Amino acid sequence: MNLPVVERVGGATLSQVEYLGGLAIQLWDALRSLGRTLPLLGNRNRWRSAVGQMLAVGVDAVPMIAIMAVCAGFILAMQGASELRRFGAMEFVIDLVTIGFTRELGPLLTAIAVSGRSGSAFSAEIGSMVVTEEIDSLRTMAIDPVEFLLAPKYLAALVMLPCLTIISNACGILAGAVFMRISTDMAFSIYFQYAVHSMVLRDVVTGLVKSLAFATIIVHVGCLEGFRVRGGPDAVGRSATAAVVKSTFLVILADVGFTAIFYLTGGH
Amino acid sequence: MPGSVTQTTESAISVRDVVVNYDGRRVLDGINLEIARGETMVLLGGSGSGKSTLLRQIIGLERPQSGRVLVTGIDLAKAKPSEMKKLRRSIGVAFQDAALFNSMSVTENVSLPLREHTRLTESTIRLMAWMKLAVVGLADSGHLSPQALSGGMRKRAAVARALALDPELLVFDEPSAGLDPIVAAELDELILALKRAFNMTVVVVTHELASAFRIADRMAFLYQGSLIAVGTKEEIRTSSHPRIRQFLDRVPDQIADAAAVDKHFERYLEGSPM
Repeated sequence: MNLPVVERVGGATLSQVEYLGGLAIQLWDALRSLGRTLPLLGNRNRWRSAVGQMLAVGVDAVPMIAIMAVCAGFILAMQGASELRRFGAMEFVIDLVTIGFTRELGPLLTAIAVSGRSGSAFSAEIGSMVVTEEIDSLRTMAIDPVEFLLAPKYLAALVMLPCLTIISNACGILAGAVFMRISTDMAFSIYFQYAVHSMVLRDVVTGLVKSLAFATIIVHVGCLEGFRVRGGPDAVGRSATAAVVKSTFLVILADVGFTAIFYLTGGH
Repeated sequence: MPGSVTQTTESAISVRDVVVNYDGRRVLDGINLEIARGETMVLLGGSGSGKSTLLRQIIGLERPQSGRVLVTGIDLAKAKPSEMKKLRRSIGVAFQDAALFNSMSVTENVSLPLREHTRLTESTIRLMAWMKLAVVGLADSGHLSPQALSGGMRKRAAVARALALDPELLVFDEPSAGLDPIVAAELDELILALKRAFNMTVVVVTHELASAFRIADRMAFLYQGSLIAVGTKEEIRTSSHPRIRQFLDRVPDQIADAAAVDKHFERYLEGSPM
């Protein structure tokens, strides 16, 4: 490639801008058709499909997310304890775990797990439908692929990610309790009193707000990668990889943004 | 004048000066084609002649860079979303690889358009889907998943789905591709039977000569993005156009391009990279 540097930088920038534009258009289309996926108000077929997606995205992910959260809870408690023990401040492990999970680890771990499980599944499902002309076939049947395929997934993720985040928070805090019980013989009841004391509603809510943003990123990146598949089966595989890589990257990026906003508006 | 442009002609489809470029390469170069109501038009042409692209224009999956495509008098590029939706319901498309949804049973595939676009009860939808499947000879295969069907059965199931909303226009993309001659002939008979029974306008894209001459009322021959002939079966059969003759007489092109080989060697001898 002998392209001048400027041209290459410009080309890369344009393709990124075009990608973000594609995401924005898709998000707008999805928000407009989200109403039709709601129960009672919308199309019952969409709601049925959304329930199926909720099972796949949410319920099936519970064991994995619970185990991940328990492990992360132990890790956080052990790492914290090894330092805090030197200052005789073991009870701060409780604050560390509770605040760490409700604000940050709960939503982030959940988003990364869901992006790996479901983001790749979305892009593979839609991508293979592009390859086999099923998407074209939907359009010729006057069925909007965004409404038919994406909106139920979006609704499912918007409902399930906060739920999974709460489960993740609970499991992480529970792991902290077990750790404290083992290492300092602290009774569960005392631990939970401390934990509830250090838990602030604002932290929980900001964590859940983040999880809604993460749900949006995972679904839209996953589906856009799928819709953009061109070519054969190898393109489907690449799109699944791209979906996980891009959505994880964007989740972290969004997390920095949200955390900065909450930090600056938090009056610390 | 925005919205629909009503036409006085009896054409089901009219393609006017349609130009399509992909990445700077001209795929369709000023196509003009009128397809009358109730006729079977076969779009014939070799691989890469642009026939599938023309088909995608006719069913409104893509927009031309210039020119217009009118289906039942409505300009696809100017149609309002509601008009487009109505129009699409009146077009049934059977795709090359059937494009059935693998997550659903055959009956569910056929029921999908009914479920989406009508307010019929579940039992009525089931019955109608079964009737469409019976038309294509799959009355007792509805419970199967598409993967469990043979290639020919899948294509017939796709036809049943295309028929679900009783379209005025039925479109086939390569109906006989990948099928053995017997099954391909069955599909030809099915197309003829459907046309007799429902008096639909049928558009078929194919490169299978036997099938084309069996089902066509008229044929349009595409070569490198241009229509080089439109006419009845006899007109095409007796055409003296060298490309059509080559296609009908199955004469291969020269595969080795002497000029390109020479140029390549010259460049090699001059020492520039291959």
